[in-house]
Amino acid sequence: MVKLKDKDIKHVAKLAQLSLSKSEIVKFKKQLSDVIGYVQQLNEVDTKGVVETSQTTGLENALREDKIDASRTLTQDEALSGTDKTNKGYFLVPMILKERTAK
Amino acid sequence: MTSLPLTIREAQEGLLKKEFSAVELVDHYLERLDKFDKKLNSFITVSDELAYLQAKKADKVISKLGEAAFKRYPLLGVVVAYKDIFLTKGLRTTAASKVLESYVPQYSSTVAERLENAGCICIGKTNLDAWAHGSSGERSDFGNTLNPWNYDYVPGGSSSGSGVSVAAGFSLIATGTDTCGSIRLPANYCGVFGLKPTYGSVSRYGIVAMASSLDSIGHFARTTADIEKVYKVTKGRDGKDSTLDEKSYSMPKRKIKIGIPKEFFAKGLERQVKESVMKSAKVFEKEGLELLKISMPYTKYGISVYYIIQPAEVSSNLGRYDGIRYGNDRTEFGDEAKRRIMLGTYVLSAGYYDAYYLKAMKVRSKIINDVDKAFKKVDAIIAPVAPTPPFKLGEKVDDPLKMYLTDIFAATANLSGIPALAVPSGFSKKGLPLGFQLMGPRFSESLLFKLGYIFESASKWRPKLPDLID
Repeated sequence: MVKLKDKDIKHVAKLAQLSLSKSEIVKFKKQLSDVIGYVQQLNEVDTKGVVETSQTTGLENALREDKIDASRTLTQDEALSGTDKTNKGYFLVPMILKERTAK
Repeated sequence: MTSLPLTIREAQEGLLKKEFSAVELVDHYLERLDKFDKKLNSFITVSDELAYLQAKKADKVISKLGEAAFKRYPLLGVVVAYKDIFLTKGLRTTAASKVLESYVPQYSSTVAERLENAGCICIGKTNLDAWAHGSSGERSDFGNTLNPWNYDYVPGGSSSGSGVSVAAGFSLIATGTDTCGSIRLPANYCGVFGLKPTYGSVSRYGIVAMASSLDSIGHFARTTADIEKVYKVTKGRDGKDSTLDEKSYSMPKRKIKIGIPKEFFAKGLERQVKESVMKSAKVFEKEGLELLKISMPYTKYGISVYYIIQPAEVSSNLGRYDGIRYGNDRTEFGDEAKRRIMLGTYVLSAGYYDAYYLKAMKVRSKIINDVDKAFKKVDAIIAPVAPTPPFKLGEKVDDPLKMYLTDIFAATANLSGIPALAVPSGFSKKGLPLGFQLMGPRFSESLLFKLGYIFESASKWRPKLPDLID
């Protein structure tokens, strides 16, 4: 039985840039605890010396020529077309650095 | 038009003989959608303008080139519906989420481009569990999709709308993705064929990513022949997806051996499903194939491995939805997306990474090892797709873990990257579809198709349409 705490939920929500209401924290705490509890069964498996699998193709370093293919390049207008929050060819982003001068 | 063509061959023969035109086909599909989809809710966007444009072009090509038109465009006149995570340039693509409800892609997925270049006509974008997170079709931000064989039941997910589109006669074929059964389950629950190809055989380029080491790009159709025809067009390298490969497969020269895996017929499998799959296995035996009992002991951990690795990859892939370059912001994510993002973030976070994510990746290796060992003994594996026939709407939706356990027989194929074909076999006592899945080694699709043909001919399978309610 795994019991996640409110602070665990708030922590992962912050890492994942999700804002949760108080009732959501309660709801998700139970549901996530259920799932984390279920997957504990993997502790029964002996994985000593086992190499982990990241992907199943067996391929490595699939490269291509460093050449521009104009047929698959977006124009600036196309690239900006997903939003109206633009300014003179730039995407508008939330302010991150609030200080204008170094102290 | 007297009756809707149910296969690619019927559609193309009808077009060639001028029994109907491509425009008339589109008329017919749009009429059906207008009449029946308000209730079934299998489409998010119907692209009537585009469909007519493409249909008129198809009619022109057919009148100009005749039979040669179908050689140049092997899927000419075939009406297709795309699961709404396949980017289609200029046509809204939402992933069934409020985050992307107004997103219009600036480019198309490789699969959409290839199908269009082969002559397909796009009828629209189908409903799904948002972000492909779901097994029932009840987690779309655009409303539930219903099972066309009985409106009180789920059609299966996450490619719910695509399964329904083919089953209900809204398109001839439909595309889907299968990360842990999301093609096979709706195919099984809607009574149509569904192919989950080998991971790395069909390009993931231009498809909204869910779990990048597990996502398989496939499709729905009503016969094995149609599944094969579409696969020929979608598969192969495209220079845009670096996980693509092309390998040949040698058909066994002696009697084909089909494995019956002990772990897939254990407790929890409803008796009706068990009997139906065993009955189907006997059909193969009667045709001269050999049935062998096999065991893949670590596959029983498949769901635990999957529900660690998949949310981890989901949390990374959904990180790009910040509402800056496209879409709405992260407050528009539904509950299931939030759950999976948080689960993934948790198992990847400092202090937990080794215990969960690394551990899951190691158990994944053990499952793959079991699968490899099995294919040394047998050529293909037969198994149920889900523990029960289609379940009722609302039955599992309030219990996320219960919903996750629906995927228990699907996980093996995605974790090991092998192909699987969902084959319809009949109906349950309640009149809902029953079927099974066939799995083979990587790149053995030709074997799966051969088995599909054998089953269709031996069981005299004939596609039919459900009686829909308007």
